[in-house]
Amino acid sequence: MIELFNSIFTAIFDPDNLFLRYAFIMGGLASISFGIIGTFVTIKRIGYLAGAISHCVFGGIGLALFLQVKVGLAWFDPILGAVLAAVIAAVITGLVSLHAKEREDTIIGTLWAVGMASGILLIDMTPGYFNLASYLFGDILLISSQDLLYVASLDILVLGIFILFFNRFFSVCFDDEFTSLRGINTTFFYLLLLILTALTVVLLVRIVGVVLVIALLTIPPAIASFYAKRLWQMMVYSVMICLFFTWAGLGLSYSLSLSSGPTIIVLSGTVYLILLVVHRFIKS
Amino acid sequence: MLKNYEIILENICFAYKQRNILENVNLEIQKGEFASIVGPNGGGKTTLLKLILGLIKPDRGKIQIFGKSPDKARHQIGYMPQYAHLDMNFPASVMDVVLMGRLEKKSLWFSRKDRKKAVEAIEQVGMTAFTKTGFNELSGGQKQRILIARALCSNPDILLLDEPTANVDHKTEENLLSILQNLNDRITILLVSHDLGFVSKYVKSVICVNLDVVIHPTTMLTGELIKDIYQGDLKMVRHDHRCSDEGHTHD
Repeated sequence: MIELFNSIFTAIFDPDNLFLRYAFIMGGLASISFGIIGTFVTIKRIGYLAGAISHCVFGGIGLALFLQVKVGLAWFDPILGAVLAAVIAAVITGLVSLHAKEREDTIIGTLWAVGMASGILLIDMTPGYFNLASYLFGDILLISSQDLLYVASLDILVLGIFILFFNRFFSVCFDDEFTSLRGINTTFFYLLLLILTALTVVLLVRIVGVVLVIALLTIPPAIASFYAKRLWQMMVYSVMICLFFTWAGLGLSYSLSLSSGPTIIVLSGTVYLILLVVHRFIKS
Repeated sequence: MLKNYEIILENICFAYKQRNILENVNLEIQKGEFASIVGPNGGGKTTLLKLILGLIKPDRGKIQIFGKSPDKARHQIGYMPQYAHLDMNFPASVMDVVLMGRLEKKSLWFSRKDRKKAVEAIEQVGMTAFTKTGFNELSGGQKQRILIARALCSNPDILLLDEPTANVDHKTEENLLSILQNLNDRITILLVSHDLGFVSKYVKSVICVNLDVVIHPTTMLTGELIKDIYQGDLKMVRHDHRCSDEGHTHD
C-alpha cells in the first residue's frame, strides 16, 4: 500500500509526467464545480436531464470536428462545439421538463440518443481518424494547460453564482411553487442550474468522458447525503468526496495502467454501494 | 372597496382537460373571515386556492384581491401547500424552511430581521425547540406547523392552507386549528379541509365547492345543507359535532 502511494507520489513529481500533474490539478479543480452542481442535480432529481445533456455534448464535439476538418472552420474547437451543444441541450431539456409533463421521459430519452448518434454520424463524415473512446470514456493525456484555465474559470463562475443566489437555488429545489409565490422567477433559476450543469459536464468530459460523467456527478452527493443535515454541508462533503475519488482513481489508474475514467467510476460506485448497504444495515 | 371585501371572484370559469372544474363562480370574502373550503375530491377545492394565488389563470371571469390582480397581491398572501409533494430527503433545517417565507425579489441574502421574523413565526406555532432540527426528522403534524410558520413569517394579510389537517391525528388537528384561531384575530384565513365536521367547530364559515361555490356561515349549517354539499355521501360527515354554540338539527 505504502509502496503504491510512493510510486504515485514519485510519478506526479516526475518532470516527464506533466500530463499526470495536469490530470491531478484538473481533478482537484473540477471537484469544486462537481460537488456543488452534483448536489443540486441529486436533490432536484434531474440526473437523467444531466445524462441527456452530456450525450448531446458528444453531438457538439462531432459537429465541431466536422466543421473544423471538413468545412475548414479552423477556429471551431471541439470544446466550443461541446459548450454550445451543452447549453442548447440544457435549455431544451429544461423547457421540456417544465412544459411537456406527460411525454417528458420520452422526449428526454430521444434527445439523449439523438445527441449521441448525430455525434457519431458527424465524425463518420469527417475525414481522418478520431479516437472515439477518448471522448466517451475520458483520456487524461488530452488535458492541456488551457483546459486547466477553463476549469478554474468555471469554478469561479459556479462559486460566484451559487454564493450570490444560494437561497434562491435552495428554494427552487425544495418547493418551486412556493418560491414563485414569493415573486422569484423559478424558470430562470432552473434553467441557470441546468446551464451550469451543462458547462460542468463539458469540462469533465476530458477526465471521465461523456458516458461516465453522470456517475461522478451524482455519486459523491449521494454519499454526502448520508451525513449532511443541511444543503451547504452536503455541498462541502460532496466536493471532498469527489476530490478523493478523482485523485484516488487517477492514482490507481496510473499505477495499474488502466483507463482513468472507468477506474474513477468503478471506485466511486463500489464505495457508494458498500456504504448504501452499510447504512441500510445500521437503520434496520 | 365595498364592505371591506378582501377577495372577490366574479363569474369564474375554469376547465382542465375539457372537464369543467369551476362554473360561473362568484365569491366574496370579508376581512377577518375564517372559512373552511369543503367539497368532494376533484370538486375544485385546490383549484380555487390556486386561482386566488394566481398560480393558474381562470378561463373566464375576474379575480380581485385587495382590489388588485392575484399576481400583484401575492406578497400579502401566505400559502401552506400540502407537504406530500415535498422531497422528504431534502437536507434542510426547520430554520432553512421557514426562512423561505422571507424570500424577496430585492434581496439576495437573509437579513437579521428576516431571521428574527422566522424565529417569531416558529414560536407562534410552538416549535421553538425544533429550530435546528432537520425538516425531514419531524412528524407529519410538526411539518404542517413548520409550513404554517413559513407562510406566516412574511406577515400576510390572508392565509391560504391546503389540507393543513391531512394525515394528522385528532389531537394535533385540534392543536393546529386553535393556532389558526388565534391568528385569525389579524389574518383572514381560508383552509381546505376534507373533514367538515370537526373543522366547523372552529371556523366562521364553510365554503362549499362542487362545480359552483356557495359560502355559508357555520351557524346556518344544517343536516340538509351538509347532505347537499356531499350529495348524499353522508359517510364523510360526523354527526357528533356542534357547528356553533346553538348547535344544529338533523331532521
